[in-house]
Amino acid sequence: MTAQPHIRYAAAAAPARRLLAALALLLAAALLWRPAQAQLRVDISGTGATQYPIAIADFSGDDTGRSIADVIRADLTRTGQFRLVSAVGSALTVDTPVAYDDWRARGADTVAYGSISRSPDGRYDIRYRLADTVQHGQLDGVAFTGTERELRRIAHQIADRIYEKITGVRGVFSTHIAYVLKQGGTYELQVADADGQAPRVALRSREPIISPAWSPDGTKLAYVSFESGKPVVYVQTLSSSQRVPVANYKGNNSAPAWSPDGGRLALVLTRDGLSQIYVVNADGSGLRRVTRSPMIDTEPVFSPDGGSLYFTSDRSGSPQIYQTSLDGSEPRRVTFNGGYNISPRISPDGRTLLYVSRRDGAFRIASLDLSSGNETLLTNGRDDQSPSFAPNGMQVLYAAVQNGRSVLAGVSSDGRVRQTLSVLNGEVREPTWGPFPQ
Amino acid sequence: MRSRIAKSLTIGALAAALAACSSVPLDEQGTDQGAAGQGAGSGASTGQIMDPFNPQSVLAQQRSVYFDFDSYTVSEQYRGLVETHARYLAGHGQQRVVIEGNTDERGGAEYNLALGQRRADAVRRMMTLMGVSDSQIEVISFGKEKPKATGNTEADYAENRRADIVYQR
Repeated sequence: MTAQPHIRYAAAAAPARRLLAALALLLAAALLWRPAQAQLRVDISGTGATQYPIAIADFSGDDTGRSIADVIRADLTRTGQFRLVSAVGSALTVDTPVAYDDWRARGADTVAYGSISRSPDGRYDIRYRLADTVQHGQLDGVAFTGTERELRRIAHQIADRIYEKITGVRGVFSTHIAYVLKQGGTYELQVADADGQAPRVALRSREPIISPAWSPDGTKLAYVSFESGKPVVYVQTLSSSQRVPVANYKGNNSAPAWSPDGGRLALVLTRDGLSQIYVVNADGSGLRRVTRSPMIDTEPVFSPDGGSLYFTSDRSGSPQIYQTSLDGSEPRRVTFNGGYNISPRISPDGRTLLYVSRRDGAFRIASLDLSSGNETLLTNGRDDQSPSFAPNGMQVLYAAVQNGRSVLAGVSSDGRVRQTLSVLNGEVREPTWGPFPQ
Repeated sequence: MRSRIAKSLTIGALAAALAACSSVPLDEQGTDQGAAGQGAGSGASTGQIMDPFNPQSVLAQQRSVYFDFDSYTVSEQYRGLVETHARYLAGHGQQRVVIEGNTDERGGAEYNLALGQRRADAVRRMMTLMGVSDSQIEVISFGKEKPKATGNTEADYAENRRADIVYQR
C-alpha cells in the first residue's frame, strides 16, 4: 500500500455554537440536542486499486469558497478512490470556460469548480459544475443556497454528487454516524457528520450507554442505557430529544435493531432466562419471542428484505453467526471459521456479512461473501469491534484500539483503504453508520 | 486473590458440614475469620450476624462469586457462599436481591452482556435449587461496562469475572 499524505483537521467551535452550548447547560438537561465540544481528526493511509484523477478548484467569489473545496477534497480523498490533481492558482469561476485539454494534460479526468456569493440577507449562493476533460462536456451543474451554518452540509452534498457522477454509486458524505464517547465517568451518545465533524450530544449519562441503532429514516436512535441501574432499551427522537423506554422487563434489555420499514425492533431480553431474541413494535407494544434456545442468542439484525434475522449464538459451544426466519424456525449457521464470531452486520444489498472474529487472540473485522463463502479479514488491529456498513456498502466504520486508546476507524469494504477518526479527548465506542438522508 | 479463595474455602467447608447436618446451629460460622478479605471489618465477629445491611455480617462481606476464564458455572468453592445467602433469603421471603453479572473487557459489549448474565443466572439457579423463590431474585448483567478492576492484567480480568449478590432495601 502506498502511503498518502496525512490530513488532519478540526472544526473550530463558532461563537454561536458556544453560546448554544452554554444555553443548553443552563437548561441542565442531559438530553439536549446540542453541539459537542469533542473534536475528531482523520488520518488516511493506503489507496484503492483504481483512483479517479480529479481537480477540485477553490470556489471563487468569497473566502468560504476555499473551505468548501477543502471539505469536498477531504471527502473524496477519504474514500481512497480519488487522486487529487492540484488546482492551485486556477481561479476558475462557475462561468469560466474550462480548458479541457490543459486539465487533461495535467492529469485530471474531471474538474470540479464553482462560485459562491453572499446575498444582502446573509445567505450564500453556491453554484458548482463538474467538467469531463475527456469528453469535453459538463457532467453536473447545480446551485444551492444556505446559511453559513449550512455551508459544510452543502459541501458534503456537492461531494456526494461528484462521487455518484464519477463512480456511479451514491455518496455517503451527507450521512451521519453515532457513537458513544466516554470521558472519565461520563458517557455521551454523540451524532456527527460522516467525516467525524460537527459532533452533537444526543444523551449524556453517568452510566454506560451501548448499542446505538439508527432508525431507517435517520430520525431516531434506539440504544441501551444503564442509567436506571440495569440495561434498558430506549428510542430517542433526535430532533426533539424526546425518548421512551421500549423494553424495560425483568433482567436485561439490550441489542436493539430496526426492521427495514422502521415499524419494529428486534431486541434481546433475559426475562425468560438467558439472552433470547424478541421482536416488538417500535413503540414497545406487541412483544413476541423469536428464538427459543437454552443458550445465548443475541445481537439480532434484520436482513435488508426484513424477512429474516442474523444473530449471534453460542448454541454450538462457541459464539457464531446464525440466520433465522422471524418466527424462529429454520435457524442456519452462517460462520464457521474460528471459535469466536460476533456482532453481525449485513450489507445494504444483503450479499455481504460483517462480523468481529477472534483470530490468534486478536479481534478483527471479517467480511463474508454469502454466495461464495469467501471470507476476508478487513482489519489487522488487536481489538477491532462494532463494525457497520455505510449505507452505500462501500465503507465500514468500526471501533479500534490504537496506542491504548479507543478510536473510530474506517476501512473500505474491500479492505484496501483504512482511516482513523480519533477523538482527541476520550474513548470512543460502539460506532454505527446512519442511513441515507430522506 | 489467595486470601479470597482461602476465605471462601472456609465457608465452603462449613456449608458442606451444614448441608450434611441441617440442624447444626448457625453460630458455628463464627470460625471464618482467619483471612484478610476484601470487605470491610475483617477480623470482626461476623458469623453470628445474619443481616445483609450490617457491614459486619458475612452476608454483607461475602457476596461475590468469581468465575474462571470462559466459565459460567459456580465452582465448588463458592457453593457455601451461595448457600449462606440462599438460607437467609429462604428464611426472609420478603427480601429481594439483584444478582449482577460481570465479565472482563475482552470481546464485544453485547456478547459480554449475555455472558455476564449467564454467570449471574448460574448463581440464581443454585439459589432457587436451595429454596429461594424466583420472585425474590432479579438477574442482570453489566457485561464489561462496569469493571471493578480497570487494569488489563490477568488479575484484573479475574476480578471482573464475577457475580455480585446485592440486597435491595
